[in-house]
Amino acid sequence: MKEILWLGRGGQGAFTAAKLFGAAYTADNDAQYALAFPSFGPERRGAPVRAFTKLDEKPVLDRSQTEQADFIVVLDDTLYTPDLSAQLKPGGRIIVNSKLPIPGAFPFDGEAIAAEFRLPTVNTVMLGIVSALSGYITEEQAVSAIEGYMPQKIQARNIGAVKLAREAVQK
Amino acid sequence: MSKRFLSGNEAFAEGIRLAKPDVISAYPITPQTIVVERLSEMVEDGSLKSEFIHVESEHSALSCAIGASAAGARAFTATSSQGLLYMAECLYYASGGRFPIVMMNADRSTALPWNIYGDQRDSLSQLDSGWIQVYAENAQEALDLALMSWRIAEDSRVSTPVMVNLDGFVLTHTYETVEIPEQKQADRFLPPYVTENRIDFDNPKNMAFSAGPDTNYIFKYKAHEGMLAAKEAVRETEDAFAEIFGRRYSGLLDSYRAEDADYILVTLGSIAGLCRETADKLRAQGIKAGVVRIRYMRPFPNEEIAAALKSAKAFGVLEKDISFGNEGTVFTNVNSALQKAGIQLPGYNFIGGLGGRNISAGDIAQIFADIRSGTEHVNFIGIGGDGNGESNS
Repeated sequence: MKEILWLGRGGQGAFTAAKLFGAAYTADNDAQYALAFPSFGPERRGAPVRAFTKLDEKPVLDRSQTEQADFIVVLDDTLYTPDLSAQLKPGGRIIVNSKLPIPGAFPFDGEAIAAEFRLPTVNTVMLGIVSALSGYITEEQAVSAIEGYMPQKIQARNIGAVKLAREAVQK
Repeated sequence: MSKRFLSGNEAFAEGIRLAKPDVISAYPITPQTIVVERLSEMVEDGSLKSEFIHVESEHSALSCAIGASAAGARAFTATSSQGLLYMAECLYYASGGRFPIVMMNADRSTALPWNIYGDQRDSLSQLDSGWIQVYAENAQEALDLALMSWRIAEDSRVSTPVMVNLDGFVLTHTYETVEIPEQKQADRFLPPYVTENRIDFDNPKNMAFSAGPDTNYIFKYKAHEGMLAAKEAVRETEDAFAEIFGRRYSGLLDSYRAEDADYILVTLGSIAGLCRETADKLRAQGIKAGVVRIRYMRPFPNEEIAAALKSAKAFGVLEKDISFGNEGTVFTNVNSALQKAGIQLPGYNFIGGLGGRNISAGDIAQIFADIRSGTEHVNFIGIGGDGNGESNS
């Protein structure tokens, strides 16, 4: 099973990214299964939020919170701490939306791409980054999830952001 | 058929849309709110032609459903936790009046301390209210139960309301792939509700009356009979469901690798998947582990539990409930089933997930280890002991 832990602040769309990634993984594929869920509870803008995506080639039976992830995606670099690495599987990676270099993590400035597409948050930019770095989902699957589960008027800008983010990593 | 990536709540709402209730009475409460929100959107966009009634409390929500059912309508409502407790008075009116209402309950902790997270203390406290109680494991089963429960409730031998329970958050707010059947399949499976138990001006009759000591017990006896008849109705409903939709359910309980198991964990709801995964790991180490998931708490699967556990060396019951001063209610029921069948087995009760506390793979592995080695009768995961002596953590 592959597990992604998303960290963000309320309003940044960490759970939306977790859900889209799960929907993408299972899009047009009957042999792949996913679970996506937020850290449960009252939602407050700005408060730290955790979200989880679990991916497997058999039904995902373990609904418990991820203890060790293959990828940890941090949407807000003020939430990054070096001890996050304890929540990684061996060989796992931490991706941080940040303009600053971060030892032990892969920093990526998601704000620039989000601004280019007039997006208020970097969640789909970071989804594009993880999709490219992990190879868990294809660009087509990511696009299919956005088309299936985002409001129509913001689909094109989010699809643009995902594509540009993937290109930036693949360069 | 289409596939969608949906939460348990959204999947359940899809099932209710397919069942076409005439009346929906709605009062929101976390973590149930999404169900009535989605249904309200469906009514708004015309894809569901139900009378959608906003009410001012849960007591009114169920009262409204009772009134609608008494008029011969198919009536739905949903609740959770304190809302279920607030409508408790009406639960008995609904079952005593033999109104086949379907209600979704998002299983959630009860106050105090106040808490919105999932556990099963709300619904299990209402086992004696005369409602059929079923517990879903995943979003697909939730959707399918939203359809099947009407057929069981409305069966003329049964005429009993059904409470479909989804673990709060872990099931209601978790997204997974769900198959949504076609409307014409659903129509074939579930014909419109027709009943004589309704207000009819051409054929007036007395309804919701009082009954004194000389006749009252007969009504209670008949309600008991109706509930027991649900066992056969569940079987027949699942046969018809498998024929039309191609998915088969296993009756009152779901038994996994239990036939030759030495150590069996009995549980209910969404934690069962992790229990089965743990049993598989133990099997790989040569330990014969099995899992029994109770689907229906009422009518209770006495015979099926006895049959599933009879060859085991020991068993455990994992539940998100405690009846203070005794043990978990599911444990009490399971022990009663074994006692009636003359089976004597070491059994241990594990109380977990209260107030939404995460139950990890490590917790389940520890439970199986405790079943094998023997432990206290009642154990709080992460705390230990049965409260009479020293904590063993």
